[in-house]
Amino acid sequence: MSKLKLDKVTLEFFPRTGAPVLALDDVSLDVSDQEFAVIVGPSGCGKSSLLRLVAGLVEPTRGRITLDGTPVTRPGKDRGMVFQSYTLFPWLNVRDNVEFGLRIGGVPAEKRRHISDHFIKEVGLEGFESAYPKQLSGGMMQRVALARALANDPEVLLMDEPFGALDSQTRSLMQELLLEIWEHSQKTVLFITHDIDEAILLGDRVHVMTARPGRIKERVEIDLKRPRHVDLLTSPEFIALKRRIMGLIHDEAVRAMG
Amino acid sequence: MLRSTFDAYAAPKKEIPRSVYLTVSAAVGVSLLLLWCVLSYGGFVRSDFLPTPIEVLQAGIDGIEDGSLAVNTAASVGEIMSGFIIASILAVPLGILMGSFKIAEAAIEPVTNFIRYLPVSALIPLLILWVGIGIEEKVTVIFIGTLFQQLILVADVSRNVSSDLLDVSYTLGANRRTVVTRVLIPATLPGVVDTLRVTLGWAWTYLVIAEFVAANKGLGYFILNSERGLFTDRIFLGIAVIGLLGLITDQLFKFLRDWLLPWATEG
Repeated sequence: MSKLKLDKVTLEFFPRTGAPVLALDDVSLDVSDQEFAVIVGPSGCGKSSLLRLVAGLVEPTRGRITLDGTPVTRPGKDRGMVFQSYTLFPWLNVRDNVEFGLRIGGVPAEKRRHISDHFIKEVGLEGFESAYPKQLSGGMMQRVALARALANDPEVLLMDEPFGALDSQTRSLMQELLLEIWEHSQKTVLFITHDIDEAILLGDRVHVMTARPGRIKERVEIDLKRPRHVDLLTSPEFIALKRRIMGLIHDEAVRAMG
Repeated sequence: MLRSTFDAYAAPKKEIPRSVYLTVSAAVGVSLLLLWCVLSYGGFVRSDFLPTPIEVLQAGIDGIEDGSLAVNTAASVGEIMSGFIIASILAVPLGILMGSFKIAEAAIEPVTNFIRYLPVSALIPLLILWVGIGIEEKVTVIFIGTLFQQLILVADVSRNVSSDLLDVSYTLGANRRTVVTRVLIPATLPGVVDTLRVTLGWAWTYLVIAEFVAANKGLGYFILNSERGLFTDRIFLGIAVIGLLGLITDQLFKFLRDWLLPWATEG
């Protein structure tokens, strides 16, 4: 039974001047409960638009998106999101950032504190509760953003290249952290990236997208056993999967350039 | 050794030691003062054109003693604060609306852009005709001069609030109203304070012009009146007081920003 379902979703942009742009063309996608789904594609393929559609921040031109059978029409806290850009509220400290969704949802202070304690610990930021975002590194800010999304207990966690702006060492650490958190929270995740290693390391299933207009080109099952760690990157099974996905992406990247 | 030190200070955009920084600043200040002393005491410039530092200081003491300095300063500060505060109360909310809602932008921006390019000094004769030469005229000049500049600057501040910040709030369950009050407005605060800081400096220019044209008190009047009697020392005093007040208010805004918005990054 699918948790999140995209049914023939098409997205067109209508710029003020010039012809309409077809960003996503007839995209269908199923994500089952507790699945870690990854969408990988060349830049400009509309994968971020796809995530914004699921978040309800953009409306599809045609097609239907449902979560647990209910159509998505607007943003809501059942679909938490982590962006690539740093989106912490600069005027709130770490704890208040994590508690933001709970506070506007009317959760009482004591319960809020309990929840924020849990997720701040989960992302390894104990001792930084009263730090302001400007005092944090990029990796730490993304950990707070993750804790903030999880504190709201969403049905689906949407992640739009969340580690894209981080250096490669921090990125690996964040991937391991996310794997660890996911393995014991068992959230349904829809994760966007252009990094093939990241896609294979994290995902149960990798959906490869075509260059604009974005379509799902192929679905690759990642049957690597869990728990997974970064050292998996050098294993033969991993490399075989990587070769396959690289081939798919390469054709698209070439097409996008031409 | 000397060559390599000099080389290090000549690199663009590189930090230099704090002590060197302060020494250079102090040296320039002292040199200017020295130049003033040489030109005035040395008799290179006639004393009715350039007073000596002591004469200016004496004028200051006289001004304090006879109360004229206090009266004129109070008049100017009162006018500038009235005009500036009324303008700010209107400009901050309207500017935020203008930068965040296209419909508000459509309503306000064209008019604002037209008035913004009118030098407010060009309006003074008209304003005198309409509101007279009393305090109302100065307040109006400052109000008009400041308001439209503030509108454009505040609108830019609110336009530059990252839309990802608003979007993430929606995904955390916020509705539009919450997004505006708890995200958009707080996010504009550092930029708003910076705008107020800059425009208060400009307001002094408008005030002095307004007082030059028609006034019977105020620092601009004080300067103009001193010129009529060729009291150059008092002209210098008036200018120095305005400079000092500007410096104080600027530092006050800086302090306010650090105190109220400790989370803000440097503007």
